[in-house]
Amino acid sequence: MSIVTVQLGQCGNQIGHEVFSALCSDLRGTHGLCSKKENESYQESCQERFFCQEESGVPAARAVLVDMEPKVISQTLSMAARSGHWKYSSHSHFCQKQGSGNNWANGYSVHGPRHKEAIMNLVQKEAEKCDRLGGFLTIMSMAGGTGSGLGAFVTQCLRDAFPTSFILNHVVWPYGTGEVIVQNYNSVLTLSHLYHSSDAILVHENDVIHKICAQLMNIKQISFRDVNQVIAHQLGSVFQPTHTAAGGSGYSRNPLGDLMEPLVPHPEFRMLGLRNIPQMPESSLPYSTFSWPGLIKHLRQILIAHAHMEEGIDWQVRPPHPGSSIPSTNKPLHFNTSIANLVILRGKDVHSVDLGSFQDPSLYTSWLNPQDAFSAWKTPRAFNKYEKSASLVSNSQFLLKPLDSIVGKAWNMFASKAYLHQYTKFGIQEEDFLDCFTTLEQVISSYTNL
Amino acid sequence: AVSLPFAVGQCGNQVGCRFWDLALREHAAVNKKGIYDEALSSFFRNVDTRSGDNGSDIYKGKICSLKARALLIDMEEGVVNEILQGPLRDVFDSKQLITDVSGSGNNWAVGHKIYGCQYRENIVEKLRKTAEHCDCLQCFFIIHSMGGGTGSGLGTFVLNLLEEEFPEVHRFVTSVYPSGEDDVITSPYNSVLAMKELNEHADCVLPIENESLFEIVNKIHQMVNSGKLGSTVKQNSLVTSSAGSAKALQEKPFDAMNNIVANLLLNLTSSARFEGSLNMDLNEISMNLVPFPRLHYLVSSLTPLYTLADVNVPSRRLDQMFSDAFSRDHQLIQADPKHSLYLACALLVRGNVQVSDLRRNIERLKPSLHFVSWNQEGWKTGLCSVPPVGHSHSLLALANNTCVKPTFIELKDRFMKLYKKKAHLHHYLQIDGMEQSCFSEAISSLSDLIEEYNELDATKDGPRIEPSRLKIAV
Repeated sequence: MSIVTVQLGQCGNQIGHEVFSALCSDLRGTHGLCSKKENESYQESCQERFFCQEESGVPAARAVLVDMEPKVISQTLSMAARSGHWKYSSHSHFCQKQGSGNNWANGYSVHGPRHKEAIMNLVQKEAEKCDRLGGFLTIMSMAGGTGSGLGAFVTQCLRDAFPTSFILNHVVWPYGTGEVIVQNYNSVLTLSHLYHSSDAILVHENDVIHKICAQLMNIKQISFRDVNQVIAHQLGSVFQPTHTAAGGSGYSRNPLGDLMEPLVPHPEFRMLGLRNIPQMPESSLPYSTFSWPGLIKHLRQILIAHAHMEEGIDWQVRPPHPGSSIPSTNKPLHFNTSIANLVILRGKDVHSVDLGSFQDPSLYTSWLNPQDAFSAWKTPRAFNKYEKSASLVSNSQFLLKPLDSIVGKAWNMFASKAYLHQYTKFGIQEEDFLDCFTTLEQVISSYTNL
Repeated sequence: AVSLPFAVGQCGNQVGCRFWDLALREHAAVNKKGIYDEALSSFFRNVDTRSGDNGSDIYKGKICSLKARALLIDMEEGVVNEILQGPLRDVFDSKQLITDVSGSGNNWAVGHKIYGCQYRENIVEKLRKTAEHCDCLQCFFIIHSMGGGTGSGLGTFVLNLLEEEFPEVHRFVTSVYPSGEDDVITSPYNSVLAMKELNEHADCVLPIENESLFEIVNKIHQMVNSGKLGSTVKQNSLVTSSAGSAKALQEKPFDAMNNIVANLLLNLTSSARFEGSLNMDLNEISMNLVPFPRLHYLVSSLTPLYTLADVNVPSRRLDQMFSDAFSRDHQLIQADPKHSLYLACALLVRGNVQVSDLRRNIERLKPSLHFVSWNQEGWKTGLCSVPPVGHSHSLLALANNTCVKPTFIELKDRFMKLYKKKAHLHHYLQIDGMEQSCFSEAISSLSDLIEEYNELDATKDGPRIEPSRLKIAV
């Protein structure tokens, strides 16, 4: 099954490029550590999922590029073409000239309706090129105007045009200390709207990835490209072909469905966090070895203790005593309660890995059986030169604190009515803001009371 | 996306002339192959002049003849004629010029009411023609001074016109405010009358004061001539020079100062023209820096003012650039943002600077700055890969800060000194369309603006009360 990716705005297009680049480079690598047959099957599956074969022989990414100004798309297209190993189709992008001015209302209410037809035509074309459409992945930031506002609008259009397809929104959360002054308004507007039309929201936070670049990747002068490459690696670790329990011996034929069905059992809870270990500079890879028990232990503690990476984990945090029914208000505040988790393992000796510690009922809310709350995908084919790689996609309280912080800051600004005139002039009124705040306070409340 | 500059009056056109010169140099340095690209198109048309002056626009391919997208307006011919006889003569054609002979006599009313009325149709027609050649008009720039008659009066008339004809296009105004020792006696009248127009019709105003430009020019000369530590200043990197060898004796006194303003405009538009990892368009600037419609006055600072010839830039020097942007002596008006209240701040960095450099410096400088309670993290940032000519990196800081208040208060005081005695008032009131109420409304508008800044300042050291969040029924 194929996934059509929609790259929106500067962030979406920059990350999208790094994702396809990482997927392609992983495909072509000789580090698979598995049989030739296995490797070929993996390559075929990835090709079908993300690329389309064109007459020129160079695979074309199954992607639609959208931006309201031309510079980023132009750069993205040429960088891909220069790689020689993959490219974007020549007619799968749409751009305008004037940008969205970091204004969600401009992206949503003006650009959205104006360009709906042109954008959806491109999406339709890509969808038709797929033998079997597995769903849509959108990549966007929520701080600016295009990715956020136009992205929210396009998501709605996708939902209307493809009512039975899976839609996963990958959303980048900006640095806490401003990239854009009105980022919190744009974020509140985006998340509340996505909550109504998408199936799940997969989040990356710039602050978190920045720390990974600084502390694990040892990069001195961190650029957005560095941040984007870490994000691309993490996304690749989730979306490259895997064996799922349901898939039998072959690679999963329903990647988005297999991901979202177990993780999003209840529509009120759609926020997914992503963790991946180990992470290190490529130059260190040949000198490092890891054991699965070590990796699993770290990953579990990362989950429990709200950690972002394998350094600085608080090992003191423990799940509440199993068996005792503790009302949610008494649960230790720094313990992360999960609704559902998915662990994806790739590389050497995966089948020997014991994941029992992730099935511990004390990690989860009581609604689901621990067997249903936890899923695992194990794939012997190694990913992106990591001999062993473990990813965690989690529907838990990971994002509660960051979400609460964003809503708090937005509310603080809203109370003073600052910048509202910039939104009302494009048709987003105070009542619309209030609706969005209400939606998100509800989400925060729901996650808090797990 | 096109930015369309209008140079109005003597000061406006002198700055404009420096701007076009620097813009051409900047694009020449970047555009090695002579291909007419997206970046060039924001300021220049590419005209096929082989068939004479009325050639059509060429949208792609090799550069044939570049024509500036601009309107040059002056009610005296001197400055504009000089431009047309100088090295930039081929960059403009007669259809872009609106001139007269006798000037405005340093009288806002002559510029605004008389010439405004007289040239209205001419201006609208030329404006429409110029706009037709742009496939996407993003913003207008008006470059003028406040203290005279043409730039001040006719300039603000044009501002009004732009709002009427193209209400959706952003209007940025770069205004040179007169100093206390300005030799035009009526400059306070002209400035306050113009301020009312700026309050009501501009999206963003970048006030500039000659005193600040003068001090910066002096500072640079001192550094260059001090021969410190044997390091030499890189050619082409002086923000005050007209590139190449700076022959100080041949330069006219205001050239160096005008270069600074020209550099300001170039840097302001750099991220819209050139690529970068975090683009910052002009409409993003007004979106992020104007929290309330009338509070749209932005204090700007440019660093570095020159670079030393050694190529290796340790991050310490990079950090110094950020510190300098917040220091009193790099601001383009006589103000100290550090000791006043920030409503919002934008940092546009050019060159080899990455997001970690930005973050490190914001974290470092934040504690010493005061931000309004509802915008504690009020930073807008942009990263443009292409540095200015002669530099490896540069920074433009734009602050919406209450430190503009003293400038306005002084202006009001100087106005009141004249107004109380009714000095020179008859020169204005005898103009058709001018009445006493024009003056009282103008000073009232300025007073209201000052009061808004006062109210904000009052909150500065007060307790931070965070509004209680919405309660959700569980």
